[in-house]
Amino acid sequence: MSEQQGLPPVRGPLVYRQSIWTRLTHWTWAICLFFLLLSGLQIFNAHPALYIGQQSGFEFENAVLEIGAINTPQGPRGRTTIFGQQFDTTGVLGMSGSAEQPTFTGFPGAVTIPSYRDLATGRVVHFFFGWIFVAALFVWFLASFINGHLRRDIVPKGADLAGLPRDALDHARLRLHHGRRYSPLQKLSYFTVFFILFPLIILTGLTMSPGMDAAWPWLLDVFGGRQTARTIHFVVMVLLVLFFIVHIIMVLLAGPLNELRSMITGWYRTSPGTPGEQGDRS
Amino acid sequence: MTRLIVNRRKFLIGSAAVGSSLALSGCNQFDFLGQRGNPVRQAMESANVLTYQAQRALIGDQVLAREYSQSEIRQGMKPNGSTEPTTPEYMFLRGMNFEPYRLTIKGMVDREVSFSLAELRNMPARTQITRHDCVEGWSCIAKWTGTPLGPVLDQAGVKPGARYCVYHCYDNIQRTLSGDILYYTSSDLVDAYHPQSILSYGLNDQVLPVSNGAPLRLRIERALGYKQPKYLHTIELVDDLKPFGMGKGGYWEDNGYDWYGGI
Repeated sequence: MSEQQGLPPVRGPLVYRQSIWTRLTHWTWAICLFFLLLSGLQIFNAHPALYIGQQSGFEFENAVLEIGAINTPQGPRGRTTIFGQQFDTTGVLGMSGSAEQPTFTGFPGAVTIPSYRDLATGRVVHFFFGWIFVAALFVWFLASFINGHLRRDIVPKGADLAGLPRDALDHARLRLHHGRRYSPLQKLSYFTVFFILFPLIILTGLTMSPGMDAAWPWLLDVFGGRQTARTIHFVVMVLLVLFFIVHIIMVLLAGPLNELRSMITGWYRTSPGTPGEQGDRS
Repeated sequence: MTRLIVNRRKFLIGSAAVGSSLALSGCNQFDFLGQRGNPVRQAMESANVLTYQAQRALIGDQVLAREYSQSEIRQGMKPNGSTEPTTPEYMFLRGMNFEPYRLTIKGMVDREVSFSLAELRNMPARTQITRHDCVEGWSCIAKWTGTPLGPVLDQAGVKPGARYCVYHCYDNIQRTLSGDILYYTSSDLVDAYHPQSILSYGLNDQVLPVSNGAPLRLRIERALGYKQPKYLHTIELVDDLKPFGMGKGGYWEDNGYDWYGGI
């Protein structure tokens, strides 16, 4: 970057970065995860508590998260208990809405589908998009294995790990390089999502199915029980939401139009100084 | 420097736009999906048929649900749904300590039969410690004792055309201005003949209590709690679920829950 002398090109070459499979599955997931999140919070609201183990402790204590409302001398308050620590979450968790007409749900109606309590509909929406989500993941893995996207852009290699500290520093300083390939941090992020978070959230989802537990009893052993699986499912959801937030921030910082174009048309404008290759456009 | 500031401003505006549109979108734009007759919802419900068929193809008909050890019973069985039916028939039976109770098998059978509790208790018994999974999300492990449903159905002789069992119950799960709605649900014959599908009269080494479905509750262990009918009195073999209730095969199914209930 520093040795751009003579006639530095104003712009780097336009490279074909995202295959049609990556682009199609990307937007399929964007829609699916939106509906899965909001219908999932609806399902969670039917019993807004998480436990560790096979079962839910009603006469013993194994809850790690409980969202509810309590009566106080000043009126009802929303209360969230995490690992025994109690927090007043009035307005967000346990109790939300206007002061005159509060609603008492785990998550507020603004982030659930439907906005009112309707577990049956939440399940219909969740399972519909769950199937599409898994189908898209299957298509993506197959296509990415064949077209080399997995090997080239997702699985971090030795050089990526060696370059990780430098890349992290660059990101921290917001010095974003628009190279032909993903940076080490990008590879690591997407590797985590595709090889850890997505499989985890699918398998823990399946562990909640009594039918699947009969078919694959090892699910219960791997995750330490149906209720632990439900807790992991929730935690992975939180991690994916965090990924989404960082993802959007990075798109905005890196140049939203260029990033959006690459995920719609496949073509990506690289930084000045990026060596050209055959097939690039100027 | 100017460029950076512009970028930051753009960034802030962009984040605010994305954030607010996300917050708004969840509010009620998708509430139409809650309308039971909505065509989009009905299209989405077809995923439930896919789930049912996929699980039937994947899971062997005889494959058992996990059974737990005695030490994993750490609490009483949590009562849910109806816990104290108030229909006259049930109140009468309860007052008589279920002495006159009979379970009837009817519909597409060679001969309609009925059994008293004593007769059912004299049939071969099965005891299983299993995990009850409620559709709401919680689970509870308990020990169930009863007689397998399959051989009981065989005593009536299931006719070849029969496809489903409809389970009729005593409990008035919902009281409306036009009268009580009685609980019912249904299953296919795979679930009915599953070795763990027992007509249970015992819970945790005690007589099944009223709050958990006395005198008789069917266990279908590879499905959610709403497929485990309490206060069961009649099993009807049919080839079509449409004539019952609102036609979806059960009380909760009529209220929008999936019929299979295995997920």
